[in-house]
Amino acid sequence: MNDYSLAELCICAGADIFRDEHPEVFATVIGLVPRLGGSLAKKTFLPGLMMSDGEYYFAAEPVPVGKRNGYVPKKEGQIGYERVFDLIPKGNRHAFVGPVQVDKYGQMNLSCIGDYKAPKVTMLGVRGLPGNTVNNRTSMFFANHNTRALVAGEVDMVSGAGYNPERYPGGKYPVGLDHRSIVTNLCVLDFEGPDHAIRVRSLHPGVSFDEVQDNTGFDLIRPDNLGETPSPTDEQLKIISELDPHNMRAYIFKDNPSGRKAA
Amino acid sequence: MGYPVIDKRMSVADIVDQLESGMTIGIGGWGGRRKPMALIREIVKSDLKDLTIAAYGGCDVGMLASARKIKKLIFGFVSLDVIPLEAHFRRARSAGEFEVMEVDEGMFQLGLKAAAQRLDFLPCLAGLGTDVLTHNPDIKVMKSPYSDDHYVAMPAIKLDVALCHVSEADQLGNSFIGGPDVFFDEWFCRAADKSFLTTEKIVETSAFDDDHKIMRMPIERNLITGVAEVPFGAHPTSNGPDYGIDVAHLKAYSATAKEGWEGYVSEFIETDDYLKSVGGADHIGSLPLPVF
Repeated sequence: MNDYSLAELCICAGADIFRDEHPEVFATVIGLVPRLGGSLAKKTFLPGLMMSDGEYYFAAEPVPVGKRNGYVPKKEGQIGYERVFDLIPKGNRHAFVGPVQVDKYGQMNLSCIGDYKAPKVTMLGVRGLPGNTVNNRTSMFFANHNTRALVAGEVDMVSGAGYNPERYPGGKYPVGLDHRSIVTNLCVLDFEGPDHAIRVRSLHPGVSFDEVQDNTGFDLIRPDNLGETPSPTDEQLKIISELDPHNMRAYIFKDNPSGRKAA
Repeated sequence: MGYPVIDKRMSVADIVDQLESGMTIGIGGWGGRRKPMALIREIVKSDLKDLTIAAYGGCDVGMLASARKIKKLIFGFVSLDVIPLEAHFRRARSAGEFEVMEVDEGMFQLGLKAAAQRLDFLPCLAGLGTDVLTHNPDIKVMKSPYSDDHYVAMPAIKLDVALCHVSEADQLGNSFIGGPDVFFDEWFCRAADKSFLTTEKIVETSAFDDDHKIMRMPIERNLITGVAEVPFGAHPTSNGPDYGIDVAHLKAYSATAKEGWEGYVSEFIETDDYLKSVGGADHIGSLPLPVF
């Protein structure tokens, strides 16, 4: 039995969100777990996945994270910001991002917390979330699964759209609204409940459904055959270590805990 | 013999002299990259006030905010890239010091394109279902004239002035961006009544008779009113491939958001020798390019 960290478990779960993807999906992966997850998917089961070097070029192979130490990204095209914005409405894109809050509708917040005119906490701004969420497939990563992140009611500032019919003309969802997965430090969630309600897809080893529910601000759906998040294989762990040569993943979670919580 | 000679060269002070309080000013670049910072510092020193600023924001927005120059900010984000959160923007926004029009990054682009095309708006899906619409009641949702679909009608972002920084320019206003990403600079300029450039260096027009450079010359010269030569004019933001983001400088700048930034202003903005105050040309020239 191999040994693996919670970060590595999340990275593999992050790769798995691309399991049923288009063979040449354009993936935008923001943050360490999404980026390593997308990179792992490309290196294993989805070689046609299109991703950038993080700045301007399509990279023919995933660019290792952190200091390059002489590594030069292998370019296969240009994906500057104007091209990104021109492509988003076309639709064949999966944005895997790390918002600050999400609610039961899958609405995300990246803007601010508190009174909008003078927010208690100002963050980045809505960035590309409004356009991503109504045009592209959406997945999320949360390093701290708690009721401040997965909130009761609605998020403070709805930056990314979700499945709240009251927010759309005639209650009709836009053509591109398609939320897929939420990977957290406790579990993997999906949107496959009734009317896209959030459901627990798998529990990380040693985590109970009650623990997940207690740390979530809204009711979660428990499927009958609720299973465990798959453990990383030796091959996956080897590839992750190559994609993250400086072990930046050891700092995603405090004290870099094991992925086998119960052990 | 009587033919007009076009020469748009001027100083940074000349450019800022052409700005007026209350104007809507668009700023090119992106976050911590290729911002016309020499012009921003000149505006901080000026008597200008009540500006509406439109930008993919970085320390340009942060400095103008802490200088209390901003009446309204049109933005999708404000970030220093390598430092994700912009401390001065956060302080000023949380203090409610200016109005905001916060929109999706792609909506922002459409707003510039609408202005450039002399249209009132361009339609998109972005914004539907979000608080972008709640907090911007002036942004309307419309039914398609061709189907039952609904679109956000992103209003034109009309600019009085656009300000951008480039790698090379000639006296006509032709300009080359060393890259890699030219971002949306041409759309800022096309959306504006007047546009001004700072450039690392002024070159002869013949320098642009080059097939590779031509691929990175997005701004048409007849959009440009004035161009000022300012070596390292984007510092402390990057101007790839020549110099990177000055992370140490931006960390020190960020720290002044809490403790008050008067010291920063006197040391780095009111100085007679900016390059010397930040460590000299050789130091800036050696700043590594950011890795994302």
